Amino acid sequence: MSVRQWKGNDMATQDVLPAGRSEKVSLLYDPRARSIFFQVLIVALLVLGGWWIVENTLENLRRSNIQTGFAFLKGRAGFDILTSLIPYSSDSTFGRAIVVGILNTALVAVTGIIAATIIGFLVGVGRLSNNWLIRKIATVYVELFRNIPPLLVILFWYQGVLSLLPNVRDSYSLPLSSFLNNRGFYLPRPVWGEGSWLILVGLVLGIIFSWFVARWARARQVETGQQFPVIWTSVALILGMPFLGFVLGGFPLTFDLPQKGTFNLTGGANIKPEFLSLFLALSFYTAAFIAEIVRAGIMGVPRGQTEAYSALGIRPSQGLRLVVIPQAMRIIIPPLTSQYLNLTKNSSLAVAIGYPDLYAIGGTILNQTGQAIEVVVIFMAVYLSLSILTSLFMNWFNAKMALKER
Amino acid sequence: MNKAKVILGAALLGLVAGAASADTLDDVKKKGFLQCGVNTGLAGFSSPNDKGEWTGLDADFCRAVAAAVFGDATKVKFTPLSAKDRFTALQSGEVDILSRNTTWTINRDTALGLNFAGITYYDGQGFMVNSKKLPGITSALQLSGAAICVQSGTTTELNLADYFKANKMEYTPVVFEKFEEANAAYDAGRCDAYTTDQSGLYAVRLQMSAPDDHVVLPEIISKEPLGPAVRQGDDKWFDIVKWTYFALLNTEEAGITQANVEEMKSTENPDLRRLLGVEADTKIGTDLGLTNDWVVNIVKGVGNYGEIFERNVGTGSPLKIARGANALWTKGGLQYGPPIR
Repeated sequence: MSVRQWKGNDMATQDVLPAGRSEKVSLLYDPRARSIFFQVLIVALLVLGGWWIVENTLENLRRSNIQTGFAFLKGRAGFDILTSLIPYSSDSTFGRAIVVGILNTALVAVTGIIAATIIGFLVGVGRLSNNWLIRKIATVYVELFRNIPPLLVILFWYQGVLSLLPNVRDSYSLPLSSFLNNRGFYLPRPVWGEGSWLILVGLVLGIIFSWFVARWARARQVETGQQFPVIWTSVALILGMPFLGFVLGGFPLTFDLPQKGTFNLTGGANIKPEFLSLFLALSFYTAAFIAEIVRAGIMGVPRGQTEAYSALGIRPSQGLRLVVIPQAMRIIIPPLTSQYLNLTKNSSLAVAIGYPDLYAIGGTILNQTGQAIEVVVIFMAVYLSLSILTSLFMNWFNAKMALKER
Repeated sequence: MNKAKVILGAALLGLVAGAASADTLDDVKKKGFLQCGVNTGLAGFSSPNDKGEWTGLDADFCRAVAAAVFGDATKVKFTPLSAKDRFTALQSGEVDILSRNTTWTINRDTALGLNFAGITYYDGQGFMVNSKKLPGITSALQLSGAAICVQSGTTTELNLADYFKANKMEYTPVVFEKFEEANAAYDAGRCDAYTTDQSGLYAVRLQMSAPDDHVVLPEIISKEPLGPAVRQGDDKWFDIVKWTYFALLNTEEAGITQANVEEMKSTENPDLRRLLGVEADTKIGTDLGLTNDWVVNIVKGVGNYGEIFERNVGTGSPLKIARGANALWTKGGLQYGPPIR
C-alpha cells in the first residue's frame, strides 16, 4: 500500500520535471533502485545471520563432542510412560515415545477445546441472562478464572481438589460400579463381543438416515411451509439404530469392572488425576475467555435484529437460534480460534503435574540423549503443526459461517 | 511462564550463540566467581538454608573449587537446575561446573559431551514406602502393581523400568520434572512408593509430613556414582576440578583439617609439605594453573572430604548417613585419592 503511494508521488514529481532531466537522475537517487538495493541487502543479512547461527551451533556441538542428527529417535527409550493411547513399553523407541507425547497433547487439547467451548457458551449466554443470580454467577466465574495464571489453575485442581480425594481403600463408590479416589476415576470398561459390529453399522445408518430426513424436511418446509421435528427424529434414529444392532447381535456387550488389588484398583478403565486436572484446568480457564467472546458476539448483533424478529412474531428462543446466533457466530469465530490455539499451547504446562504430554516426554528424551536442539526442533514443528491444523479447520468453519452474499 | 523453560531457552541460546569457550579457567578468573549448577533442593547435597545460603556436599564441592581458583571459598554463584535442564546448562556454558548429584554413566561421558571429575558420593537407588498405609511391604519385590513417583530425566527413571521388567512386575510411573513436585505427590498419596538414590530417600523422608511413617526398603537396585561434571574439550579445567576432589581426599587421609591446616604448614613431614605446597621450589600448584597454596585454600575454605561429609550428610547432619562405601580406602571404603606429587 505504502509502496504504491510512494510510486504515485514519484510519478507526480517526475511530471513536473523537464522530460530530459529525469533520465540523468543518478542511480543513487533513484527510488526504485534504492528500494531494490535495500531489499537485497536485508535478505542477504538474514541469510548470513541464519548461516552464522547454524554454522556456530554445529561448530560448538562438534567442539564439545555432542552428536547431531535425528538418528537417536531409533534408540530404545528405556523409560515408562504413565498413560499412552498406543501400545508403548520401555522397549519402544524414542520416536514412539514422541508419538505417545503428541497423542497425549492432542487428546487433552481436543477434549479441552470441546469442554471449554460448551462451558464458555453457557457462561457467555449466562452473562446476558435476565436472571440476576445467573448473571452474577457467570460474572464471578469469568472474573475469577480470567485473572488467575493457568499454571495456578492446574495446580489448584491437582493439589487442591484431586489430591484431597480419599486413598484407594476408602474410594468413593459411584453408581455403575465406578470409583473415585486420589488415583483417578475408575470406570467399567466395555468389552465388545462378537457381533458388536452391527452396533457400528446401526450408528452409521442412523446418521445417514438423519441426514436424508433433514434434507427432505427442509425441502418440504421451503415448498409447503410445514415444519417437521427433525431434531427428535434424528436423536431417535441415531440412538435407535445402534440399539437395534445391539439386539440383533445378541447383546454382545460385557463390562470389565474395577476390582480392588494390592495397591490400586485393577481392571476397568482409569482416567488418571493428571489428565483430569489438566483437562479441567484448561477447560475452565479457557472457557472464561470464550464466555467473553460469546458475550461480545451476541452484543455485537444490532438490537434492531431482535426487534425485527419480534415484530415478525418469532418466539425469543427461536429468534436467538435463527437470527441472533448465526450473526453472532461471525464475530465469535475469529477470536475463538486464538483461544483454541492458546489452550493447545498451554497444555505444555502439564509438566508441572506429571501428565506425559509432548513437552514432558520430549524433556525426558532431551535429558537422556542430550539432543537439545533436535528435541526443541521437534517441539516447535509439532506445536506449529497443531496450531496450523486448528487454524485451517477454524478458517474453513469461518468461511462456512460467513455471510453468504448473493 | 515456566522457569524451566526460561533456563532451557537461555541455555539453548548459549549453545547457539557460542558462549562455551575453550578456556574455562580464564573465563572464571575474568568473571571473578565460579558459576556452579546445583540441585533445586536436596537436603544434604544442595539446598538453601534459612539464611538463603546453599549448603550441602555438592555445594561445598563447588566452594572447594572456588577456594582452589581464587583462594576464597565464597566466590561461587549457584544456579539451581532441574534434572532435565542440567546437561544443557553445562553444555551451553551457563554453568562452569555441574555439581548436582549426577550419576556417572558412559552415555553422559561420551554422547552428552561431559567429563566426570570423580565420584564424590557412592550411592545406589532404593525405594521408600509409607508403612502406615502399606504395613505388609518389606521388600521392593512386593511392589508389583504399585504407582511409583520418580523424577524425570534421571538414571533413576531408567533403572526403575529395567528393574520392574527384569522381575516381571507391573507398575504405574508418575513422573515429575522437579524433586519438590515428586515429593509433594508422594506425600499426598498419589503414589505407593517413591524411588531415587538412597541418600535422596533419607533426605526426602525428612521433608514428609510424618517422617517416621516412611521406611526405606532394603533393596539397592543400581549403582549410582555421583560426581561433578565439566564440559569436554578443556583438559586444564577438568584437571583442576579432578585434583580439587583428590586434594579433599588426600587431606583427610593425612589428617589435615580446617582447624589445623595453618599449623600443619610448619610440619617436617615431606609428604605433607608437598601436599600443602610449602616445599621449596614446588611447581605442583602452578602446573595446575593455580597458586601453590591451593590445597591450603581448599581446606581453609571448606575442610577435608571427611569434614564436608560429616557436616552435610553424616553424623553432624539430620540425615545421619554412615560413611559406608564413602569411607577412605584405608578404612574399608572406596574413596581413594591418587598421590599429589
